Amino acid sequence: MSISRTYDEINEKIKSGKVVVVTAEEVVSIVKDKGIKKATQEIDVVTTGTFGPMCSSGAFLNFGHSNPRIRMSKVWLNDVPAYTGIAAVDAYIGATEPKEGDPLNTNHPGKFSYGGGHVIEDLVRRKPVLLRAYSYGTDCYPRKEIKTTITLDSINEAFLFNPRNAYQNYNCAVNLSNKTIYTYMGMLKPNLENAHYSTSGQLSPLLKDPYFMTIGIGTRIFLGGGIGYVAWHGTQHFPSMLKDNKGQELHPSGGTIAVIGDLKQMDARYIRGCSFLGYGCTMAVGIGVPIPILNEEVMEWAAKSDEELFAPVVDYSDEYPNFNSKGLGVVSYAELKKGEIEVLGKRVKTAPLSSYPMAVEIASKLKEWIKLGKFELTKPVQKLPNANDGIVVNFLDDKGKK
Amino acid sequence: MVSRKIILRFGEETSGKPIIYHLVKDFDLIVNIIKARINPAKEGTMVLEITGKNYDRGIAFLNEQNIKVQMLDEHVVHNKESCTSCGVCTTACPTGALYLKRPEMQVVFDSSKCIVCQQCVKVCPVKAMEVCFD
Repeated sequence: MSISRTYDEINEKIKSGKVVVVTAEEVVSIVKDKGIKKATQEIDVVTTGTFGPMCSSGAFLNFGHSNPRIRMSKVWLNDVPAYTGIAAVDAYIGATEPKEGDPLNTNHPGKFSYGGGHVIEDLVRRKPVLLRAYSYGTDCYPRKEIKTTITLDSINEAFLFNPRNAYQNYNCAVNLSNKTIYTYMGMLKPNLENAHYSTSGQLSPLLKDPYFMTIGIGTRIFLGGGIGYVAWHGTQHFPSMLKDNKGQELHPSGGTIAVIGDLKQMDARYIRGCSFLGYGCTMAVGIGVPIPILNEEVMEWAAKSDEELFAPVVDYSDEYPNFNSKGLGVVSYAELKKGEIEVLGKRVKTAPLSSYPMAVEIASKLKEWIKLGKFELTKPVQKLPNANDGIVVNFLDDKGKK
Repeated sequence: MVSRKIILRFGEETSGKPIIYHLVKDFDLIVNIIKARINPAKEGTMVLEITGKNYDRGIAFLNEQNIKVQMLDEHVVHNKESCTSCGVCTTACPTGALYLKRPEMQVVFDSSKCIVCQQCVKVCPVKAMEVCFD
């Protein structure tokens, strides 16, 4: 007889302190030892984790009204422009916005020392942040200028709303050209000298529930050290089947989630401003998603190991920027983590951009929260589209291209 | 006699010159080349251990030749509190001073292997690698 359990049953066990939770790393060896059936019987929840740069991130802030009132039309936080084309004292600070006056790539490769992600980190660290705003003035909002300091506690609302986070899977980036390139995947040395990847592999949230059987809108998650929720599928949510060079289907890849959570609960250990040499600013975000083991099928995917999960190898000197497929194939996360892979017959040294120790820490922390009864699981109010839903990718029609 | 470790940085215009020959022949210095490297842009880096009573004159000669001289007591510090152990520095590091301890995937810094090339300082996304001077 097949095993099944409901969200309610799991939450009852959380309340009574009897819930059995393991991390997505621990579950791998448990299932190898005991088999799917026995492990499914014993384990209620598997916790995942990831910590890495996630560019499509930012925070909505409400500063509170000044006296007299101002309807802000331009806003800077520590000299980083924020978007304020919304109501009077609301703004959105995006993670990748560089500080105004940053030399950018004029002296290539630029340093991009401070940006929106750093502002968000400084807010979470409870550091004072300089707010400057201008307005054209109206009868109801007469003030035209303000310069003051804010802190995370002095403003009304601050919530992270990240339109695209926790990529299900990501490219392993290499450089086939003969010069060093500076990318969002780090500094890639010429002639296949290094390969960078950015997924926590067997701990990665969306790789462990690749068909979104449990992760959907309303799923409660660990977000930046606080509690957050899956708000929607992420932008560029293109779940599809990853195939190797021979056309063999491996596992779904390409899903993303949009997440939301109270910035005031977060911890700067899990929200870090980042600078990528020659590329730009961004923010590293820590996310942990619990997978309720509803049945053996959910467990089968949750127990996948680094040996069974793969990343496509992509050349960032030409293939990525110009869509010129090089057919470099796929490599397993087990190979990537060992430190060397083979590409076009050459041994290439690998390095991650996403922190595996932090992913372990997040999955373990989420596990503790659940065991202590601090975190109950939510049933999604709506499922996310999956690899079988035939999502079509649109490209920007560049009509003026010569 | 005291031996000192220094780093020489050559530009494109100096990397082709027989500098070490002059240090030995003209200044009677004992030179031990610990590391030498030249990049595709013809810029070079060399780590030397130098012994000899004409040390200061040798350094003055290098300065005249437009070769940047740095003392190895300029060193790189790994700020463990700030480091997230992402690991991206480990392929930038030319000597293996920064490496991932497996299977934990924790970034470890072995300062004895560091040649202060500062690549890690440039590529670290959270600025956890810093240069310090003694």
